[in-house]
Amino acid sequence: MAQLNEIIIKPGMGAAHYWRELWRYRELFLFLAWRDILVRYKQTVIGIAWSVIRPLLTMVVFTVVFGKLAKLPANGVPYPVLVYAALLPWQFFANALSESSNSLIDNSNLLAKVYFPRVILPASAVTVCLVDFLISCILLAGLMLWYRVVPGWEIVLIPVFLGLALLASLGAGLWLAALNVKYRDFRYVVPFVVQVGLYVSPVGFSTAIVPERWRLLYFLNPMVGVIDGFRWALLGDAYQVHWSGMCAGAVMAVILMVFGLWYFRRTERGFADVV
Amino acid sequence: MASVISVEKLSKKYLLRHQGTKEPYLALRDILAEKIKNTGSRLLGSGPPAAATRLEEFWALNDVSFEVEQGDRIGIIGSNGAGKSTLLKILSRITEPSKGTVRIRGRVASLLEVGTGFHPELTGRENIFLNGAVLGMGHAEIRARFDQIVDFAEIEKFLDTPVKRYSSGMYMRLAFAVAAHLEPEILVVDEVLAVGDAQFQAKCLGKMEEVSNRQGRTVLFVSHNLAAVRSLCTKGLLLENGTLNYFGSAAEAVERYLAPRQQGEGRPALRRVPRSGTSKVAIVDAALLNLTRKSREEAEVLDDLLLTICYEVHQPVKYLAFEWAIRDSRGAAVAFSSSAPMDRYLFTPALGANRVECRLKRIPLSIGRYSIDLSVTIPNIECLDAVEGALVFSVTQCDPYQTGSQYRLERGPVFVETEWIADNKIAAGELSGAGS
Repeated sequence: MAQLNEIIIKPGMGAAHYWRELWRYRELFLFLAWRDILVRYKQTVIGIAWSVIRPLLTMVVFTVVFGKLAKLPANGVPYPVLVYAALLPWQFFANALSESSNSLIDNSNLLAKVYFPRVILPASAVTVCLVDFLISCILLAGLMLWYRVVPGWEIVLIPVFLGLALLASLGAGLWLAALNVKYRDFRYVVPFVVQVGLYVSPVGFSTAIVPERWRLLYFLNPMVGVIDGFRWALLGDAYQVHWSGMCAGAVMAVILMVFGLWYFRRTERGFADVV
Repeated sequence: MASVISVEKLSKKYLLRHQGTKEPYLALRDILAEKIKNTGSRLLGSGPPAAATRLEEFWALNDVSFEVEQGDRIGIIGSNGAGKSTLLKILSRITEPSKGTVRIRGRVASLLEVGTGFHPELTGRENIFLNGAVLGMGHAEIRARFDQIVDFAEIEKFLDTPVKRYSSGMYMRLAFAVAAHLEPEILVVDEVLAVGDAQFQAKCLGKMEEVSNRQGRTVLFVSHNLAAVRSLCTKGLLLENGTLNYFGSAAEAVERYLAPRQQGEGRPALRRVPRSGTSKVAIVDAALLNLTRKSREEAEVLDDLLLTICYEVHQPVKYLAFEWAIRDSRGAAVAFSSSAPMDRYLFTPALGANRVECRLKRIPLSIGRYSIDLSVTIPNIECLDAVEGALVFSVTQCDPYQTGSQYRLERGPVFVETEWIADNKIAAGELSGAGS
């Protein structure tokens, strides 16, 4: 008995063996993600299909508004494919951000009654969105077949860009989730950010229309780099990539993640007292 | 034997916010408004900063130290707000202490609420896995005990029904069954057994005893069910206003818990905050007068007593009901009464101070000390205020028939007025034929 792992609880000790604890609770992480997927599937009539219908309808609207009405350039790429290649990562980012930032409040009951590393909640929320993302990829494959767009070797780099989107969304999500526990105002901030972000990020248009001298600044929005990366990986050379901007975006995503995690860990000990 | 839990000078501070909103969380507007107000008053040079009055420190736990040995079953008792739940939350690492250290050897599973993490849309089977994971069991572990859990909960037929369609009894059984099959070295249980029927409670208590006896596990257990604490626990821990009052034998802890209420010096219970209830109405004073003997808080069996409750109404309320419950010195409930069945318009009081009286006629109690819990509710809607052990009285004589031998609590708390009839000239066969 004596050599059993001894737990010491004292003020400020919440973070001891943080990563080991996280590993111990990996099953809970999977169970929570599994629960969310299962519940979504049961509660809605067409369940998982929603993750295809939503981007599909948005794609149609954007193609009509930006491609047909505003006649923005597409470098010879079919406009629906151009839009959908951007919508995929954007929707993943938007869903992951809003789900993860609400994850603590939605599970306040768990927070107040059970111990586990709190990071599990936003992380499993992001995982659920990742599953949605994979499902909506099916539609992209269909679109590319239809328009006969053949991706080149660049497609193997998709996971890298997806990883950047994950870092950016989880980082910002962790930060907002922690703030949300303390200040409920952020519940209203996130939908607003997501809505504005859809138009600020190059989802309905290509980055090429942004003036050259503002380009680098534009890339400070990490999703600009992710979206450009997705387009480049799927459409190949038809789509020019601004590599230094891309690096700036990647650095931003990493900064978001580091800062978000730091802020989350600093505040997570008090969650149960205020939630 | 080595101690499995050692708690040293443990304290937990909360900041209570007054005025403002009741929510524990802040709204950004509050912070901004406060900043502006402070700057404003500083510029004008008048009045103290507004923030100073808004926060008050509250020590939910203060300098608590104790050691728990392996295999102990510890009953944690104390009135509402004494710090029991805070202690459990710190032991289960949900919240951090403000000062002090806890050392725990072994895996802790805590059951602060039955069915945490249950999702109404999921089936019984799915919830077993989910709840198991929430309580810290691995997938393989749950699978290995799955049949036992289902057996214990008696829900085989409904395993694939969403739990939202379960009766509350089934829900409870399932939730407890999962928790009962955890096999941690240390089990921490909050007052989760207050719900559920008596038979189920007995089953749960039995399971807890078995876990600790047969498997040598340590159990910490909060309860208001003092009888269960006495019979189940090897040790008792009494908390009072956040400090450790007593740690030792369970029987002694229960005695001490009830003792201050039984000395009748002032009525500390009535001034105790926080307590349960929404406090739209607060019980501020209570008195017990012996109408037969014109004494206070002392009675003989079959005396008439007058219970007076003074209360203050802070917000308009309608259709109040007052309740009292008498407990004996072992903590078991002896009698209960509610004003609810009476004229419902009787207790729609005006704002401010009010009074209600209840006459207790010919109290049938044997010799012993008793405490009275008082509460005021809107029946089936909300509890407005509840005070455990608000009053204490003792019955000093219980021999109404002048037999020379007294009826004491040990023989049972209730004295029944009786009439014995002796007919010695009974004919053979008359008894069996009495019914015809």
